Amino acid sequence: MGKVKCECGHVNPNGTILCESCGRALTEKAKQEKLVDMRYEGSARRSQTYNKTIIDKVWNFFSSVKVGIWIIVLLLVAASFGTILPQEFYIPSNMPAETYYEDVYGVFGKIYYMIGFHDLYNSIWFSALIAALGVSLVIASLDRVIPLYRALKNQRVDRHETFMKKQRLFAEQEGVLQRGEMEKVRTELMKKRYKIREENGSLLAEKNRFSRWGPYVNHVGLIIFLFGALLRSVPGMYIDELLWIREGETLQVPGTDGAYYVKNNGFTLENYEEGEDPEVFDEAIDRVGTVAKNYQTDAVLYRDANNELPGADPELTEVQTESIQVNQPMKFDSFAVYQTSFRQDEMKAMHFALTNKETGEEFGGIVVDLFDQQESYDLGSGYKVELRGYYPDFDGFSESGEPTSKSPLPNNPAFLFNMITPETPDGEVSFAQIRNTMEPLGENEYKMAFKNLETRDVSALTIRKDLTLPILALGGIIFMIGVIQGAYWNHRRLWIREKEGHIYVAGHTNKNWHGLKREIHSVLNGTAIPEPEDRQKD
Amino acid sequence: MSDLAGVSSTLLYAAFLLYLVATFLFGGSIRQKGLRDGEGLNRWGRLGITVTIVGFAAQLGYFFTRWAAAGHAPVSNLFEFTTFFGMMIVGAFILIFFIYKTVVLGLFALPIAIIIIAYASMFPSEISPLIPALQSDWLHIHVTTAAAGQGILAISFIAGIIYLVKNIDQSVSTKKTKWLEAVMFFIVSVVAFILITSGFALADYKAEFEYVNKEDVAAQQEFTLPALVGPNEGTLLTEGKMEPLADMPAFINAKKLNTVLWSLAGGVILYGLIRLVTRKRVAALLQPLVQNVSSDLLDEISYRSVLIGFPVFTLGALIFAMIWAQIAWTRFWGWDPKEVWALITFLFYAAFLHLRLSKGWHGERSAWLAVIGFGIIMFNLVAVNLVIAGLHSYA
Ligand code: HEM
Repeated sequence: MGKVKCECGHVNPNGTILCESCGRALTEKAKQEKLVDMRYEGSARRSQTYNKTIIDKVWNFFSSVKVGIWIIVLLLVAASFGTILPQEFYIPSNMPAETYYEDVYGVFGKIYYMIGFHDLYNSIWFSALIAALGVSLVIASLDRVIPLYRALKNQRVDRHETFMKKQRLFAEQEGVLQRGEMEKVRTELMKKRYKIREENGSLLAEKNRFSRWGPYVNHVGLIIFLFGALLRSVPGMYIDELLWIREGETLQVPGTDGAYYVKNNGFTLENYEEGEDPEVFDEAIDRVGTVAKNYQTDAVLYRDANNELPGADPELTEVQTESIQVNQPMKFDSFAVYQTSFRQDEMKAMHFALTNKETGEEFGGIVVDLFDQQESYDLGSGYKVELRGYYPDFDGFSESGEPTSKSPLPNNPAFLFNMITPETPDGEVSFAQIRNTMEPLGENEYKMAFKNLETRDVSALTIRKDLTLPILALGGIIFMIGVIQGAYWNHRRLWIREKEGHIYVAGHTNKNWHGLKREIHSVLNGTAIPEPEDRQKD
Repeated sequence: MSDLAGVSSTLLYAAFLLYLVATFLFGGSIRQKGLRDGEGLNRWGRLGITVTIVGFAAQLGYFFTRWAAAGHAPVSNLFEFTTFFGMMIVGAFILIFFIYKTVVLGLFALPIAIIIIAYASMFPSEISPLIPALQSDWLHIHVTTAAAGQGILAISFIAGIIYLVKNIDQSVSTKKTKWLEAVMFFIVSVVAFILITSGFALADYKAEFEYVNKEDVAAQQEFTLPALVGPNEGTLLTEGKMEPLADMPAFINAKKLNTVLWSLAGGVILYGLIRLVTRKRVAALLQPLVQNVSSDLLDEISYRSVLIGFPVFTLGALIFAMIWAQIAWTRFWGWDPKEVWALITFLFYAAFLHLRLSKGWHGERSAWLAVIGFGIIMFNLVAVNLVIAGLHSYA
């Protein structure tokens, strides 16, 4: 790689536009320009220097901010398309997406579904856009930060006057710098926290150079964030499970390989009540009806001491007891357990009484646990009830007259009982539902009278582990540091130089020129040093 | 307790009036000659900013008394959030004012804040209890920071619109004048919406409809404006009220569409009247007010507001939002429409910054971008809450 040696003796990397040291223009084009492009200090960027191989071309493509902007704009436009209709994961889960979009939104919905916008954010092309953003961030940053760093490190105090002349803020005047005035300028600049360097009677005041690194720092933060998001697909980094758990149940915590169990000691749903809750809420409660106040599962977490022993029964030891509420997940190891959803009043058990139809006399009651039935219930003194059949989700009789069940869930439980009493030792058959009994095999003397129903709530807990969170947090923090660094400070420089009976003054800032102008004004005001003028004012 | 709530609404009302007064004071300040870039404030200007600050203090008073009355920060429904957003615009204006001392900014920022606060009060304003998902300190951390960011970004829009009003040639009709008028028409429509809604609310207009909703279930809906369009298979239950001209299919919320139609119709009439009476474009009417300010300065104010607002917005609307979503909804990101639109806003302003930096989009182009950015913010505030249903639709 060729190097460019400047008249001042400094050796610059190939492709340098303005000498890193003295600032002389090194290319023909830069020599012609009235104002120099100071964005990267005229440093040698790879993308501006090489354009031969495929690698060069790819590099140049992704290092272009124009391309970067296109990627950002495409991403934002694409993202907006995904909000026109609800995404697939937000439509009711009992409706197939193939028909849902057409049913609800007509032809438009059908097209939306057909072009895949119902699951836009998981599509390959959307992921590809994000990947392109990441690549572009890396390449564009590398292309600039290294040469910029070199240029700022190597800059000399006494810049060549052609460099100063091509600054946006510039003044030139005949005269010599007075010692006393320079002293005053120096103190003023120091008050404004400028770092001052002087060489050969020239002065360079500079402050907030660190803000130049802001964009690169924030890009690094973004890259770390995107990298963290990518890690999610690595096995073991991420677990997302849903656990429906009934009151009283103890279940394995999914995703923990059987190491943990959780018990639901009760689910609570509270609403805001007029009279109980602050009076100021009454009006709102009146207008909308019920407002939920709390969803809570009282949970006990156990560890299975025998988890490692194959075939052994679980041996549970309590780890912690907690009330899981929305916004207050239960945490253990790297897991968090959230209150996600619930179903109230699921049937748990039914109470029946064996009753003489004529006299109404009862000969004892039975409780049928809908999740754990007995074959027969002995009532003593020769009274006994046998459970011949259990249909948890009864939905009618088959052609052969058999009762059928739609599902194993106790949504509409029905029972076929055989009632044995001293009078009817062979038993009488009764088909019992919640408020209905039938006698399929002829008139009976006894019946199973329905007494009541025990219900309980079912709580849905989300079990989540996400080991990428610390990486995302790190990326987020670095991003914030970077944007603040770049946005709340500006890199400002003021050059003052005397050469051959002329005073040259130039100023530069990477943004916010009004601020710099005001600052220079207050520093040079009342001195014979000319105040630089803005040559780009419209 | 409810005394406090009463004090609170009085303070909000006072703030509203003070902002109005301040607008006129800034108007007076503009009329005084000789205010150019770099010169000090005149008496009107000083009065204007003082009244603005007093108004801001009154609104802060509203905010904290309401917080005390409710037991939670009043940013939990559309009324509260939108009011807060208005307050943040004023706050951001005060901040930027002390950097650049431009009175003309107040002349535009305060009316925008006033319209936004008036718009907010069209929503139910009672103090509502918090549903479980909102019961978190992150509610006020996230929402206030996000709104502060949006408020600062709004100043960029205001500086941008002043730039356009000043610099777009009004002697001919061009694409630019038309687009600028479109922005003006939009603002006028919002005003029309406020007038129409308050008018019918004063008259206590209520028409109940029974209709068949999206899930094919019979439901009822109360219209507070006469129904130009009615709900799917709707029948009017209230006697003596207007029958809709057309019924809408089930997936369209007829009530909201009706409100939009009324606002547009009102906007057309109001805007038409202004044009008829003055025989000038709205932007041309405003142009004389902004002659005295330097375009360069406006450009820098607009850019600076984005620079200040972008980090605040990112922190509030994305980072804090993600932290809270991880706690409340079990995941930090779920592509919910509100989340997506916050991301779009973020990406848009990122594009803005890059365009300025690398393509040199200064001045007019930058001003248009600032206008579009604010459009996106307003879309997220209004349309995403009202039109696109998602987890965030609490109002
Ligand atoms: C969402 C994604 C991005 C965000 C949030 C972001 C953010 C930023 C910010 C805040 C700045 C500082 C701007 C200023 O100070 O005015 C910046 C500068 C910059 N960004 Fe990005 N950026 C993103 C993507 C990209 C991409 C894809 C590229 C690729 C070409 C890129 C290239 C640059 C460059 C070259 C600079 C200017 C550095 C300088 O001149 O000092 N950025 N970025």
